[in-house]
Amino acid sequence: MRSKKLAVVSLFAVSAVILSACSGSSGLTLDVPDVPMVEEVGAFEGELNIVNWSGFVEPAWTDQFTADTGCVVNPRVAGTSDEMVTLMRTGEYDIVSASGDAALRLIVGGDVQPLNIELIPNFGDDIAEGMKGQIYDTVNGNPYGVPIGRGANLLQYNEDITGSAPESWDVVWESDSPYAGKITAYDAPIYIADAAVYLMYHNPDLGIENPYALDEAQLAAAVELLKQQNDIIGEYWSDPVAQITSFVGGNTVVGTSWEILRKFAASDNLKTTLPVEGSTGWYDAWLVSSTTPNVNCAYAWMDYTSQADVNGAIAMNFGMAPANTAFCATSPEAQAHCDEFSAEDEEFFSKVWPWTTPIEQCVDGRTDVKCASFQDWTNAWLTVKG
Amino acid sequence: MSQKSADAPSISADYSRPLSTYLFQRSRIRLLGLLALPMTWLVGVYIVSLALLLVTAFWVVNPFTSRVSPGFTLENFVSIFTVPAYLSTSLRTLGMALAVTAISAVFAVPLGIYMAKLASPLTRNLLAVAITLPLWAGYLVKILAMRLVFTENGFINWALGPLGIHSPGFNLWVAIITLTYLWFPYMALPVFTAIRQIPNSLFDASADLGAKSFTTIFQVVLPLIVPAVVAGSVFTFSLSLGDYLAARFTGGSTQMIGSIIASNINLNPPVAAAFSMVPIAFVVLYLMVARRTGSLERM
Repeated sequence: MRSKKLAVVSLFAVSAVILSACSGSSGLTLDVPDVPMVEEVGAFEGELNIVNWSGFVEPAWTDQFTADTGCVVNPRVAGTSDEMVTLMRTGEYDIVSASGDAALRLIVGGDVQPLNIELIPNFGDDIAEGMKGQIYDTVNGNPYGVPIGRGANLLQYNEDITGSAPESWDVVWESDSPYAGKITAYDAPIYIADAAVYLMYHNPDLGIENPYALDEAQLAAAVELLKQQNDIIGEYWSDPVAQITSFVGGNTVVGTSWEILRKFAASDNLKTTLPVEGSTGWYDAWLVSSTTPNVNCAYAWMDYTSQADVNGAIAMNFGMAPANTAFCATSPEAQAHCDEFSAEDEEFFSKVWPWTTPIEQCVDGRTDVKCASFQDWTNAWLTVKG
Repeated sequence: MSQKSADAPSISADYSRPLSTYLFQRSRIRLLGLLALPMTWLVGVYIVSLALLLVTAFWVVNPFTSRVSPGFTLENFVSIFTVPAYLSTSLRTLGMALAVTAISAVFAVPLGIYMAKLASPLTRNLLAVAITLPLWAGYLVKILAMRLVFTENGFINWALGPLGIHSPGFNLWVAIITLTYLWFPYMALPVFTAIRQIPNSLFDASADLGAKSFTTIFQVVLPLIVPAVVAGSVFTFSLSLGDYLAARFTGGSTQMIGSIIASNINLNPPVAAAFSMVPIAFVVLYLMVARRTGSLERM
């Protein structure tokens, strides 16, 4: 029993090393609590309590799941990654649709368990390459997450005023921006990474290799840039509706956005672009609680939602690129959706840094220095807005 | 009292109301019955949750997992004073609350005088309805309405744009206007009621003694309505201190104490707990100053 588990673990370790060699990240080893992995799927428990982003869990696909497995789905919508972490730590939920900035926090906190991918047949070759084996949900070679979908934090602009697409993020960062006072930025500590992405490109002397691995000096530089931005910012947004009304109402001309928000705004003069510096993005995955009593329903759910059609339905409903790219070929609408959200465009997503929880151990592989933890980021973020 | 209750059984041999008889004889149980419900509420819900909040303010957050664990640190309270952004936010919020209170009072007094002493009964009723009308709408609805008024394509630019007046966009001042709009009824109503209770004869006497209108207002009316203004200001001040949605939707990048608490509630609950003590401290301070003026006793 134990040796079999070890064999499975080492198999994953090997494949993860190969994967990480491909994706270019270093062989990083993190200290994580030892949480056992499930060996086989047993009888269904009859219920599944999910913490999810709005639009991820809908009767359109949960009804079929409940009919197939007998697992009754109880969704709980969370508004932010931080709320998701808090909810998962209550121990009342079995599974969560965590973005990368929540995932690593839950993993190092021992709140979620490593996954046995063999028990999830639909987690296969069709899953987008850029969503497999990433540092935010794969630790020490053990996968903790089953990808759902992803999206980039794009630069949205009002074409009536800017004329053409801004080539650089400088319009939201530099004091001499022609749109000073009409700029919006995402209101969360993870936004510090956007400043780091900008600095990586424009200030290589700082030596930032990964926007989520900032040492003290690098974090200070990012905070300095954010404070500079604070003087020209019109509004910070965390509520999508506020962001949309701000763009449509004309109070905001340029700023961070998601493709789906531009679509909801339904205004022809609003466009999005991926500037030359690249950007950050959110990669969502199912993570299973380490204390769940409904682990079999959770595995069944992850397998079910990784099916091309179900995964595609979630992606279309939320407005993101589906993890299962096999969905794209299923219909012309599906292909149109995939094209709009760059689902099969790894070239596009290679310029996007997936949200990852910053932790003390530098995720870029540096060992000679201590990196700023998420708590440091949080404290820094609150001093930015003054 | 004890004399009476000793006699009581012999007077009322009416056993058809056994509960009343029982309670009448036992004053302690009677008191307990009266206070049980409000005390359970006050202690069980109000005081205990406040105490838990205070305790959390001393707890620590694990930097690695960002989990909250019991402990003892004064760091969270120290940060309120040492982090420049926190200090400036506290002072800004205090300033905003005082501004909202001052603006509400300046508008409420002339309005109250007009409504109570000059307006016809019909106008008075119409104005009373107009003042309370905003209270009929949801709080968030009102804030979003103000957001629409000041937006670039909104009411201000539409109505006043031709006159060359342009909406300032969302900033601190718009947040103050929104808060004033939200809490003005709580100032206007007590002030109006207080002015109504001033006998007309005082106005006549003041005029007989040669006082002009403004002298009457400053020498006669204002001193009499100070308790009402203080009562109203307790509402406008404390409600403004605790608010953050007005700043979030109409304040642009303006931060209030509530904004910091809201950002920290999931990220760093101990700091949020420590910060929630700031408005409490401000309100206690405010009440102490108000008590000094003696107006709380006359309320």
